[in-house]
Amino acid sequence: MYFQLSSSPFIHQSHGHVTTLMRSVLLALLPGIAAHIWFFGWGIVINILLASVTALACEAFVLWMRHRPIAPTLQDNSALVTAWLLAIAVPPFLPWWMVVLAVSFGMIFAKHLYGGLGYNPFNPAMVGYVVLLISFPLEMTHFPALSELGKVYPSFMDSINLIFLGHHTAGLTLDAVSGATALDTMKTGLNQYHTVAEIRHQPLFGSWGGKGWEIINLAFLLGGVWLAVTKVCDWRIPVSMISTLFIIAVIFSLVDSDRYPSAMFHIMSGATIFGAFFIATDPVTAATSAKGRWVYGAGIGILTYVIRTWGGYPDGIAFSVLLMNMVAPTIDYLTRPAVFGSGKQE
Amino acid sequence: MAINLMNLWNFHGGLHLDGKKNLSNEPTITQAKIPPYLVLPLLQHFGEPTEAIVRVGDKVLKGQPISQCQGGKDCQLIVSSPIHAPTSGTVVAIEPREVPHPSGLTAPCIVIETDGEDTWTTLQPLLDYAICDPAEVRKHIAQAGLVGLGGAGFPSHLKLKPQGIDTLIVNGAECEPYITCDDRLMREKPHDIISGAEILMYVLGGAQRCIIAVEDNKAEAYQALLEACRLTNRLQSDDQQGKIEVVKVPTLYPTGGERQLIRILTGLEIGRAVLPAQRGIVVHNVETVRAVHQAVIEGRPLISRVITVTGTGVETPRNFEVMLGTSIKNLIDQCGRKPLIRRLVVGGPMMGFTLPHDGMPVIKTTNCLMISTQEEIQALPAPTPCIRCGACEKTCPVNLLPQQLYWHAKAKDFKRVQAHHLFDCIECGCCAYVCPSHIPLVSYYRYAKAEIRATERERKQAEMAKQRHEFKTFRIQREKTEKAAKHQQKRVEIETQGAVAIDAAVDRAQASEAI
Repeated sequence: MYFQLSSSPFIHQSHGHVTTLMRSVLLALLPGIAAHIWFFGWGIVINILLASVTALACEAFVLWMRHRPIAPTLQDNSALVTAWLLAIAVPPFLPWWMVVLAVSFGMIFAKHLYGGLGYNPFNPAMVGYVVLLISFPLEMTHFPALSELGKVYPSFMDSINLIFLGHHTAGLTLDAVSGATALDTMKTGLNQYHTVAEIRHQPLFGSWGGKGWEIINLAFLLGGVWLAVTKVCDWRIPVSMISTLFIIAVIFSLVDSDRYPSAMFHIMSGATIFGAFFIATDPVTAATSAKGRWVYGAGIGILTYVIRTWGGYPDGIAFSVLLMNMVAPTIDYLTRPAVFGSGKQE
Repeated sequence: MAINLMNLWNFHGGLHLDGKKNLSNEPTITQAKIPPYLVLPLLQHFGEPTEAIVRVGDKVLKGQPISQCQGGKDCQLIVSSPIHAPTSGTVVAIEPREVPHPSGLTAPCIVIETDGEDTWTTLQPLLDYAICDPAEVRKHIAQAGLVGLGGAGFPSHLKLKPQGIDTLIVNGAECEPYITCDDRLMREKPHDIISGAEILMYVLGGAQRCIIAVEDNKAEAYQALLEACRLTNRLQSDDQQGKIEVVKVPTLYPTGGERQLIRILTGLEIGRAVLPAQRGIVVHNVETVRAVHQAVIEGRPLISRVITVTGTGVETPRNFEVMLGTSIKNLIDQCGRKPLIRRLVVGGPMMGFTLPHDGMPVIKTTNCLMISTQEEIQALPAPTPCIRCGACEKTCPVNLLPQQLYWHAKAKDFKRVQAHHLFDCIECGCCAYVCPSHIPLVSYYRYAKAEIRATERERKQAEMAKQRHEFKTFRIQREKTEKAAKHQQKRVEIETQGAVAIDAAVDRAQASEAI
C-alpha cells in the first residue's frame, strides 16, 4: 500500500481564499452603491453591469489568446472588482462606450499585458479611469447633483437613455441631472479669488463636503472599515493616507483658512474615502511590507493634497495612486524589516 | 545580565493553530510490544553515520552498543552518536534498508531478530555523578547515544560543553499540532525531567539557572512539573544558585523553535549566524532531559523513546514508549489500523514529512506519526497567483518578507532571494498555512536553498580544481626551469672540461713534438 506524498505544511487555514477576499471587496462596496442609487438613480448600476460584462469578456479573450484556463481565472472575482471600482469612480451617465473603453484598456493593457492578476504594476481600474480623464475631460466632470439643487432625479429609463442613446434624443439633457462637484466648485471659486467661507455658502455644500456625496462617502467608509476589521484589506494604507491628508490640510487651513479648505472637507469630498479603502488597498499594486504600506499610504495622501491644491485637476486620487504604484517596489526594497536576530538586542 | 522571569517577551508573527492535542493526550504512555525484528539505521541523528561493531550472527543484549563513531574515534570530537541494541536478540543482517527520510532512500541498517527475553546487559549508571568531573559525565552521555529528541537529532553532548553557559532551557513547549509525547512525558515523569535538568546543570559547569518552559495549553504537565520542582527546590538550600523554574509560555506556533523560545524567555534575538551557546544559553528538549536522567542514574542508553501515534487513520490515538527500530506498520497495528489510510506524516503537520509506506522503522528523531484517512486531508484548490496581500509576512516568526522570497525564488533570482535573507527561514510553514492563494511557499524556499547550496558546492569544487590546475602548471614550469638550469650547468661543465682536455692534448702534442 502506498500513501500520498506531499510536502509540509499539511494543514491550511480554511478561510480567506483569493476568491472570497475579492467577493468581500464587492460586498463592502454595496452600502456605497446603495447610497449612490438613493441620491442619483440607477445610472451606477447600469455602469456596473456594463463594466462587469466588459471586464469578464476581455479577461476571457486574453486568457483564450494566451492558452490559459479560462473558467478558474474568471471565477476569482478579480475582474469584477476592477470593473466595479471603475464603474463607481466614473460619472454615472457617461456614454456606454466610454465605460467599455476604459474597462477594456484597464483589463487588457494594465492587467493582462503584464501577466494578469498579481503581476500588474499599476491599478487597472485607475489606469482605465485616467485614460478617460485625459481623453474626455469634459464628460468626466459631469457628476450627478441632488434634486434639491433643482436637478432631475433620473428614472431608470432616463438613465438607460442617457447612457445608451446619448443626451439629445432622450429628451433629458445631461445638464439637467449633473452639476459641478464640491471639489470642482471649490477649485474654481478659489481661482476666482473667493474665500473658502464664501464658496461654502453655495447650496451644494453640506456640513463637510458636497451634499449627498457626504452620505455616499460615509457609506463607503462603512464598507471600508468592515474590510479593514475583517482583515481583507490592510488597515495601514487607509489610516496612513487619510491621516496624512488630514494633517497636511489642518496645517494649511491653520495658515490661511480663506485659501485652504478644512481637513474634513478634504476627507469627505471627492474620492478620498473610496480611494483610501478600495483603490489604494489593492495589494498587488501597493507596497507589500508593513512599514512600506505606511509610506505608500502617506505618499498618496500627500500627492492628493498637492494635486487638489496646486494641480490642474479638482481631485487627485487616481494620479496619486498610479504615481505611488510606480515607487512601490522601491519602497518595498527600502523598508525591508529587520530579520530576527539581526537588529537591536534588548 | 539579569533576567526577570516574570517578564516574557514575544516574537513577530506566529499562529494560533487548532492543536488537536486532545486526540492523543489522555491515555497514559503505553509500552509498545517487542516486535519480531528491529531495523536500526546507522545514522539516526544529525551528523556523521556510525559504523557497526557487531557482525551478522552475533547475539546482542539489551542496552549493548552495536555501533561506534567512525574509526572508533571519541564521539565527543565528531558530530555523531552511537547506537545500542533496544532488546536482546541476534543480528541477522547489516544491509541497506529504507529509512524514514523524506528522500525515500536506503541507508545501512543493523537488523536484529528479537528473542523476546529482553535480557539486559550490565548497566553502568553514574549515580555519584556529582563527585565526577563534568567532562566524565558528558562522556557518559555521549556513550549513551543521546541526541536531541525534539526532532532535530543533534548529538546532545555537543550542546553540553561548559563554555560560559549560564542558562539551561528545557523545551516543553511542544507547539506543533497533534504531537503530545512531551505533554504525556511531563505529566508522567516530571521527577525524571527535574533530575535530568539537575544533571545537565552540573555538566554545564554549574549553570546559573534552569527554565523549564511549557505552553499554557498543557496545564496538567505544568502542574506536575511545578510539584516535582517544588519538592526538589525544598531539599536545596535557599540560595538562588542552581534553581529550577517552571514557566508557562503562551500557546503560539512556533514557540517551540529553539530561538523563538529563547526570545520569549530572555528577550534575546539570536540570529542564524550565532549559536545560542555563544550567548550563554543551551536548549534541550524535555525528553532528551529525561533520557539524560535515564543514562546517568539508571545507566540506560537511548534505546527507546515516546512517540505520538495520532490522526484519523488509527482507532485509538495515543503515545507509545517504543523501541527504536520498531516498524511504523507494527505501531499502527497496535494503535488500531483503520482501512483506507491515505497519508503518513512523520513529525507534525506543520514541519513533518510524508512517507510512501509504513515499512520503515522509527528512529531517535521520530516524535510523532500522523496517520490520516481521506477525511483529514485538506483538499486545497490549485495555487493561484500571489496577490501580495502580505498575510504571510504578518505570520513570519523570523520577520522575513515571504512574498518577496517567493517572487525571487520563482524567478530563480538567487542573489535577490539571498538578499532577502532566505537562509534565515526556519521552514515553519506559517506563510504557506495562511496564503490565500494556496501557494506552497515553503517548497519554493527549499528549492531555492537546495539550488544555492548546489551552486556553492560546484563553485567550491571548481575553485579547488582551478587551484589544482594552477599548482600543476606551476610545478611543470618549475621542473622545466630546474631541468634547464641543470642542463646549462652540465654544458658549462662539459665545455670547460672539454676545453681543458683540448688544452691538455695540445700541450701533450707540443711536448711530444719537442722531444
